[in-house]
Amino acid sequence: MQAIAFYLFATVACVAGTLVVFARNPVHSVLWLILAFFSTAGLFVLMGAEFLAMLLMIIYVGAVAVLFLFVVMMLDIDFAELRGRVAQYLPLGLAIGVVLIVELSVGFAAWNGMEKKIIDSGTVYGTTNAHALGGVVYTKYVYAFQASGLILLVAMVGAIVLTLRHREGVKTQDVWAQMQRDPKTAVELKDVRPGQSL
Amino acid sequence: MATDWARAGWYLAMMDFVGGFRVGMKYFFKPKATLNYPHEKGPQSPRFRGEHALRRYPSGEERCIACKLCEAICPAQAIHIDAEPREDGSRRTTRYDIDMTKCIYCGFCQEACPVDAIVEGPNFEFATETREELFYNKEKLLDNGDRWEGVIARNLELDAAYR
Amino acid sequence: MDDFWLFLTILGQCLLVMVGVLISLAFLLYMDRKVWAAVQLRRGPNVVGPFGLLQSFADFLKFVMKEIVIPAGADRAVFLLAPMLTFVLASIAWVAIPFAEGWVISDMNVGILYLFAISSLGVYGVIMGGWAGNSKYPFLGGLRSAAQMVSYEVSIGFVIVCVLLMVGSLNLTDIVLAQDGAGIFSWFFLKQPVMFIVFFISALAETNRPPFDLPEAESELVAGYQVEYSSTPYLLFMIGEYMNIVMMCALTTILFLGGWLSPIGVGHGMFWFVLKVVFCFFMFAMVKAIVPRYRYDQLMRLGWKVFLPLSLAFVVLTASFMKIFDVQPWAYTDEAREMGRGAMMIEAPASTTEPAKTEES
Repeated sequence: MQAIAFYLFATVACVAGTLVVFARNPVHSVLWLILAFFSTAGLFVLMGAEFLAMLLMIIYVGAVAVLFLFVVMMLDIDFAELRGRVAQYLPLGLAIGVVLIVELSVGFAAWNGMEKKIIDSGTVYGTTNAHALGGVVYTKYVYAFQASGLILLVAMVGAIVLTLRHREGVKTQDVWAQMQRDPKTAVELKDVRPGQSL
Repeated sequence: MATDWARAGWYLAMMDFVGGFRVGMKYFFKPKATLNYPHEKGPQSPRFRGEHALRRYPSGEERCIACKLCEAICPAQAIHIDAEPREDGSRRTTRYDIDMTKCIYCGFCQEACPVDAIVEGPNFEFATETREELFYNKEKLLDNGDRWEGVIARNLELDAAYR
Repeated sequence: MDDFWLFLTILGQCLLVMVGVLISLAFLLYMDRKVWAAVQLRRGPNVVGPFGLLQSFADFLKFVMKEIVIPAGADRAVFLLAPMLTFVLASIAWVAIPFAEGWVISDMNVGILYLFAISSLGVYGVIMGGWAGNSKYPFLGGLRSAAQMVSYEVSIGFVIVCVLLMVGSLNLTDIVLAQDGAGIFSWFFLKQPVMFIVFFISALAETNRPPFDLPEAESELVAGYQVEYSSTPYLLFMIGEYMNIVMMCALTTILFLGGWLSPIGVGHGMFWFVLKVVFCFFMFAMVKAIVPRYRYDQLMRLGWKVFLPLSLAFVVLTASFMKIFDVQPWAYTDEAREMGRGAMMIEAPASTTEPAKTEES
């Protein structure tokens, strides 16, 4: 049963990953990417890492990919024309691909030779994913964890600083001021006689 | 502007929502304002201008004398009349068509009619499934007159005092 | 062979839950319309069946019998996939909902995260449906909806964290059991009243209910992302949407209203769960009837400038309170351990090299 599920998810993930690159329509690419994320989440569940699987779904599928989809849908580019210039970028793309493959194989080779340290890192079996993860992340790797959080914070602040512009003379609604108004301060009754102005 | 904390508290406690909810619940249990339409109908004025009908005299003779005043006054030009003398020499319509898709139910035709032949009856439920069914001919109009004569006669009588 | 029987059992359970949910959905839809009508002094559906009770089934038949219209410029595959996705996502969320103690198809350890993930996926149905029609109003509706759902998910996430801090477990059954004790007085809506309200309002926004129904605003977007849909695809969208609403009601019930627990402390059971879900749904319907629609910038302001800081502050407050007064999360208390549901304490690093023994395998 597990094997069937594994091969199902793995195949779907690979096929979807391939189609991300080969789909003609960029929106379809993003949709295939979402399917790939989804299958990966399934693989995580099969490994007993359901917490990670759910995080992957919530963060990558639920938020990041939505933004991708947003951007891609709003783009108005003739992708067929871009595709014609693939040959121009082929060498660069191939080079990056080769580098990635080499890095991955080196990493896997080292990982295979290594004794599985994770077992000795203080995690106790029999607890739930979240507890186990928290037990490691907030003790042994607390500095790395906080540092990564800090990096994200800096990135967020940077993005806001880059895009935030204060324009002069723009009228915006001040909800707080509006809520503070009442008839006593905002309305003045005047007795205007016929034929006269104020 | 000085912050009005009492009002801030009012908003924070969502008192406006609570008030709205109370009003909503008050109306929830009130008797319903709507009629149960196909089973119940609202009151109708005797002057109500609904589906057209051509009336007859009590003897069975049709009232219309083909004077074409209604055709002339119709602002939507929905009425079409052809006339010829009948065998007995009286002037009658051979054709009396009303295009109900054009008609605006202004009631000018029944005002113009010298013999109270064309009237707008009380019926307003004459929806059809095709357009063609709304092109009324003389036969259909006379048929309407026969069907609604009782109500039409009573309405005319009730309204007569105000004319 | 055991696997096969297990598979059949689970399939049967799924079918049971699906049928139950769909049938109750039909009557909840009817209730929605009736409540709305009553507040507006109307009668609501009252022709089909006694008191119009069968109205939803008549509507169902009407939708199924109609012709499926696919716009000429539409992306057919995505166009038809979107409503199915919405419906499927809305229905698979129910596997994690505990209707009573032990009455749950999958009592998974990350139940609340699962529901959160599924509800955050719901946005795809809308955005795909809006895009695939190749028409501008649906597209605008889809974009609005995506932005709205992503915004309010953030505050929903923090509200959930507040509750989780008190429970100490991601399991939905644990969350309900943590509210056991002094009847209605130990439910979380009394311990976290502000978060309860924030969650309720965010749930309204997350499910595109009035007053946050901007994505389908009838007066400007002529139904938003559903404009190009007709017949069964439209029906799937609508069922999915209402299922999400009921799911959010169930989630409110589980997180804040004590799930299947009885308010007097004895006689727990599914009856109470259903009653509370119906109460939540009634509140959803009442809000629809009495609150005017938000403008889009007001919606975004509420989400990002009010709810996000508020819920974040309450996460910090809750955590600080528990730390200062040394309140243990429920899962770490003796009471939980006696029930066999508590979490194990994280022990000091030791060379436990025993093979993994996970509960769900």
